[in-house]
Amino acid sequence: MYPNRLKKIIAVTAGVSVLGSMLAACGDAGAGDKGKDAASGEAGAKPFAGKRITAYLGNTGTTDIIKAQLPEFEAKTGMKVEIQNFANDQLSQKITVQMTSGSAEPDVAMIRPAQEVKLFNKNGWMQPLDEYVKKNPGFEFEDLTKAALDSTTDNGKVVAIPMVTEQAMFYYRKDLLEKAGLSVPKTLDELEAAVKKLHDPANGIYGFVARGQKAALVTQLSSFIYSEGGDFQKGDTAAVNTPEALKGINRYVNLLKNYGPPGVLNMDWPQALGVFSQGKAAFFTDTSSILPSVIDKDKSTVVDKIGYAMFPAGSAGSKPYNNTAWGMMMNARTANKDAAWAFIEWATGKEIMTKAQAMGVPGARNSIWNDPGANAKFPKEFIPIIQESIKAAVGHDRPMVINVGEARDMIGDVVVKGILNEDVKTAADKANKDFQALIDKEKSSK
Amino acid sequence: MRTGWLDRNIKWAFTLPAVLFVLIMMAFPIAYTFRTSFYNWSMSAANPSTWVGLDNYRILLSEQRFWNAVGSTFYFTGLALALETVLGTAIALVLYRNFAGKNVAKTLFLLPMVATPVAMGLVWLLIYEPSIGGANAFLQLLGLKPVDWLGNPKNVIPSLAIVDIWQWTPMISLIVMAGLSTLPHEPYEAADVDGATGWQKLTQITLPLVRPTIMVAVMLRLIDVLKTFDIIYSTTQGGPGNASETLNIYSYVQGFQYFKLGMASSLLVMFFMLVMGLTLIFIWMRKRLGVQ
Repeated sequence: MYPNRLKKIIAVTAGVSVLGSMLAACGDAGAGDKGKDAASGEAGAKPFAGKRITAYLGNTGTTDIIKAQLPEFEAKTGMKVEIQNFANDQLSQKITVQMTSGSAEPDVAMIRPAQEVKLFNKNGWMQPLDEYVKKNPGFEFEDLTKAALDSTTDNGKVVAIPMVTEQAMFYYRKDLLEKAGLSVPKTLDELEAAVKKLHDPANGIYGFVARGQKAALVTQLSSFIYSEGGDFQKGDTAAVNTPEALKGINRYVNLLKNYGPPGVLNMDWPQALGVFSQGKAAFFTDTSSILPSVIDKDKSTVVDKIGYAMFPAGSAGSKPYNNTAWGMMMNARTANKDAAWAFIEWATGKEIMTKAQAMGVPGARNSIWNDPGANAKFPKEFIPIIQESIKAAVGHDRPMVINVGEARDMIGDVVVKGILNEDVKTAADKANKDFQALIDKEKSSK
Repeated sequence: MRTGWLDRNIKWAFTLPAVLFVLIMMAFPIAYTFRTSFYNWSMSAANPSTWVGLDNYRILLSEQRFWNAVGSTFYFTGLALALETVLGTAIALVLYRNFAGKNVAKTLFLLPMVATPVAMGLVWLLIYEPSIGGANAFLQLLGLKPVDWLGNPKNVIPSLAIVDIWQWTPMISLIVMAGLSTLPHEPYEAADVDGATGWQKLTQITLPLVRPTIMVAVMLRLIDVLKTFDIIYSTTQGGPGNASETLNIYSYVQGFQYFKLGMASSLLVMFFMLVMGLTLIFIWMRKRLGVQ
């Protein structure tokens, strides 16, 4: 009796799995066929009827807008979009794992260009988009800011469309400055003097707060280095220990070491913002895209007292970074290139971007920054600063190499050592040597 | 008749799923990791992996960061394990006695163990927050100076060990309590007749008898503490600098932040051997000590 039943169960299970794989094979073939149809029948009412694509999205305000508007898009195009939402690092890993295994899923994905474009493109995962971007004039490709586009262009090819940008933003406490009779620092020297004056740990006020965690701090350090005339590298030459870079690093180290809150070495932006939001720091530099958290009345006790200013000038002027936080790419192996592009065109198009910016997410389209209605969420002083920052800015906020993670650790380590009272110059020399070795290795393996 | 073959081989049919599971889910990954450790691979489809022989191992063994990770792993494990064993056994002895509210106390005490480590890591991150966190507020209440728990390279491992101790001491207690409940009554009766004190009964009877159980608990914990990942990653990610970077964290960084899968694999192979070696030494010690 039993063995009989067992046999049946085995037979049925085997049958089902065989059938399943056959069905899956049919499904693939079907999708391929329809792909051709869709490409030719572009002008039809529902050009992608019956199509299915998968999109991996990161966590930003834009994602919420895309999700909310998706039913409308699906109704218009006839395609079905399956959205999967991940936190930053998980998104990176998920894409990496999928792409490594040669999967055609996801068809489109959000990426962090500065961190991922070089690696992903080198690995052949990204579909060049040059032939698509100009297809439809309504997409207004020229409207995208140059700095943002630079960050999604690799080896002369556009490999992703920028969506969200971020600039170095200089946050300060209006009330504290006023009380001390200080004006807003315009230069890094003035900043240091003001920080020193307002630093009052006995009363729970620290002069300055910013990220102190090894890898995380590198992007915030960048504006200090740029404003002193340095950069992480000059072409293929590491430049971490040049006098200019050292000047910037020393400024960052001294501000955090002498006037920073305790525990700063374990701070990424949420912790640093926490200190600022609880009214415990006078000055704070971080990225502009965290604004929604900065002005969140539930999380901050000082919302009404926060001022915004242009990044203070060093000896080379004020050079904040202007980085592309998020872009959208197409999987080079997708079977649905046209449908995938239709989705990207829509998701990075003017309509969605305007809505996102109205929520407080800084976008990558020039026209939207000039549209007062779209920027209602931003504090008044904020917009001119971003517009000015975009003009003055350097288009990257971290080393421009394939293995960004490793390079960030090397450079961040210099600041960590500095805060721990080790010699900055020695640490920078070592970091420079390691960083140069990394660049050389990447060059030779190309 | 038709069922004859299956009848005769039914023992294989029933064990097959388990054997397959072990082969596919455990043996294969280990073998694959071992193989990958001799290659240079960045997870790229365009650039296939290249054979580098023992280079990954050579590079690792010559770098300070690797030895720092080995040191951190042992420091963290030693500290956490020693305190967990002592505290866990002591608590088990207390909970083993009868007192009012014993069951409530037992349940409450076991709660940390069932909590998700990452969530607990985030909660402890808040507790350890130097200027607004609970730990320093408590110290200040006692009139003590605030401590930079996670931001100071000297404090970070003890601070993390505290989290591990808080979470996993209950496990040691639980196992020891199980051991205590199987102890025979006769030796105690004999001791009573001989007029032994409570302390004598504890050190001469209870502890020697329960020692095998404690050893098992320590061994299980040892393997787990060596492999701790979630608590450390969710609070410090190995920082400040590399101060709390254990072998597990370092291999994660090599693999998923630097995309050096070969290097990460060779790290993991060494780590695997380390855990294996320690466990074997431990088993051998147990035999030497004459406990079963």
